Amino acid sequence: MALITYREALRQALTEEMERDPNVFLLGEEIGRYQGTFRVTEGLLQRFGGMRVVDTPISESGIAGMAIGAAMIGLRPVAEFMTFSFALIAMDQIVNHAAKILYMFGGQIRVPLVFRGPAGGGAQLSAQHSHSLESWYAHIPGLKVVTPATPADAKGMLKTAIRDDNPVIFMEHAKLYSTRGEVPEDEYTIPFGSADVKRQGEDVTIIAYSQPVLMALRAAEKLAETEGIECEVIDLRSLQPLDMDTILGSVRKTHRVVVVHEDHRNVGFGAEIAARIQEFAFDDLDAPVLRVAGADVPIPYARNLERAAFPSEEDIIRAVKRVLA
Amino acid sequence: MRAEAPVKKALPKSLTPQRLVELYRKMLLIRRFEEQCAPAYRQGKMGGYMHVYIGQEAVATGFIAHMRDDDYMICSYRDHGHALARGTDPRRVMAELFGRYTGVAKGKGGSMHLVDVQRGFLGGYGIVGGMVPLAVGVGYGIRYRGTDQVCLCFFGDGAMNIGPVHEALNMAAVYKVPVVFICENNRYAMATPIEFASAVPNLAERARQYGMPTKQIEGMDLLEVYQEAEEIIHHVRHTPEPFFVEVLTYRFEGHGIADNPTNQALYRTKEEVEYWRQRDPIVNTARFLIENGIASESELLEWDSIAKQQALDAVAFADASPEPPLEELYRDVYTDMEVQEWR
Ligand SMILES: Cc1ncc(C[n+]2csc(CCOP(=O)(O)OP(=O)(O)O)c2C)c(N)n1
Ligand SMILES: [Mg+2]
Repeated sequence: MALITYREALRQALTEEMERDPNVFLLGEEIGRYQGTFRVTEGLLQRFGGMRVVDTPISESGIAGMAIGAAMIGLRPVAEFMTFSFALIAMDQIVNHAAKILYMFGGQIRVPLVFRGPAGGGAQLSAQHSHSLESWYAHIPGLKVVTPATPADAKGMLKTAIRDDNPVIFMEHAKLYSTRGEVPEDEYTIPFGSADVKRQGEDVTIIAYSQPVLMALRAAEKLAETEGIECEVIDLRSLQPLDMDTILGSVRKTHRVVVVHEDHRNVGFGAEIAARIQEFAFDDLDAPVLRVAGADVPIPYARNLERAAFPSEEDIIRAVKRVLA
Repeated sequence: MRAEAPVKKALPKSLTPQRLVELYRKMLLIRRFEEQCAPAYRQGKMGGYMHVYIGQEAVATGFIAHMRDDDYMICSYRDHGHALARGTDPRRVMAELFGRYTGVAKGKGGSMHLVDVQRGFLGGYGIVGGMVPLAVGVGYGIRYRGTDQVCLCFFGDGAMNIGPVHEALNMAAVYKVPVVFICENNRYAMATPIEFASAVPNLAERARQYGMPTKQIEGMDLLEVYQEAEEIIHHVRHTPEPFFVEVLTYRFEGHGIADNPTNQALYRTKEEVEYWRQRDPIVNTARFLIENGIASESELLEWDSIAKQQALDAVAFADASPEPPLEELYRDVYTDMEVQEWR
């Protein structure tokens, strides 16, 4: 095991996959000469050259479309969005093209590509730069949606994403890039659709993904120390496919659930989880499924307002107590 | 910028009389195939939109004639002619239009989403201009592998007004991808004349700033298209760099099946349509064949009845084909993952 950052873990995955498979190439804004806005692609231009690390114009539709076209003839592009807020420009390419091509051509054309980049907020970037909107992508049949929270998961799942024959939305989180974690030194991958129980507990199930997983773990520690409440923390890791077995198994054990995500609450991914739990495990529930999520407002700039817009450890603690009340 | 269509006096060097006859018969097949669509639609055999290629046959035929087996092409929803010009089995094309399991996409794409992977036809697309960025990726993939393939990308004049096309044209030139952008200017996007929608109605001129060669060519004359296409594709294959070609053409029928003659009166005159019908690429080419002693009147009649027979045979085949089994609903969403049945 090596202790490395989330950013380094991503870079290792890219490097290893590019060395393994000459069809893998990267494209995006400022990923080459500038080394990546969040330094994920640092050194890769120097290592692999301009044909495989492609600096692009500020053309999100063009980037996405170019990745799709190259994937259709057998390359394995990994396209970086500087942030997922800018992916909105490319939504038609992602939704109407990448996600539809396999199906509408009767299974004859595959689109093996990854759209990756930072999602989410928390750095006072305000209204137009703080989106994640993972539920938009999870809503679209044909896309896989991956949201790793730790360096080890980020590396193993990015490798899986690159090897996947379908379009994968790979959402990182700007606040995770500098976090550290143990990462195996030997070759490994992590499959999609297998949630990771990051903490065992008997009293309440907290379901989270991406950056809020870390928050949920901290909240769980506090609750254990101060209240003697033992939370089980499930990191979904991928939203599509979604590991319902692990979720339902935990619900049958704790009978109480809090779902946490940073994206807006209204029609957010937590609603889907809550719906499925009541559909498949209604009798196991001792309380309504609660959601701790982003406020239903455009994300404001002022530090205090932004903080209030996103879920916090305290919000999770409060929700856990409520679900137990 | 009205197209005049003089009958060419000489065959281009590279075009043998036999090859010209072949191409003429391709156009004829497209025409007769398309003529079967409206009646089938009215009988309820087809659904959705249905955009025919009648009038524009010389464009796809003249360009696709120069594709090698390993080249790629991609186009819009007005794609029946492109598939047939590329040699896709008319029966399987018609079956797709009928939504049958024997169709080119198992009946899951329909008229707007024909495809023929074996022939490098990467599909027809329904979002105006949406596939133009894809062509850049295909071209980039070709460069990446270092082969001398090319990709032909067909789109309409209306597509020149949507953003992603301009991102794509710029990126194509930045990366010098071997893509021929073929803008089929049939003068209308639905009912909107090009002059109403494009501040610079000469689209070749509009594209000139993208740093690739551009040209405006006549699209109603097969020989002219053939000859221009030959030079352009040769250039793109060997330079390599992209090329933007605006092809002046015209659709004789409405935009889609719903755009009937009464409807068309809202935006164009009978006289205008008649003017262009006088420049019918099939009639043109037939005249050339006769005047140059390449074909006799009786041969023309025979080929015509063969084309008609092929179209009728395609209809019969489609009609007799089964619908896709219901399991197909959940197939092909992912390559490796089941989607849960909702019931
Ligand atoms: C993005 C988008 N907007 C609107 C439409 C509806 N629409 C379908 S075809 C069409 C006209 C396109 O005209 P043109 O590009 O000239 O192609 P043509 O039909 O003449 O071949 C429109 C507006 C669409 N399919 N996609
Ligand atoms: Mg048009």
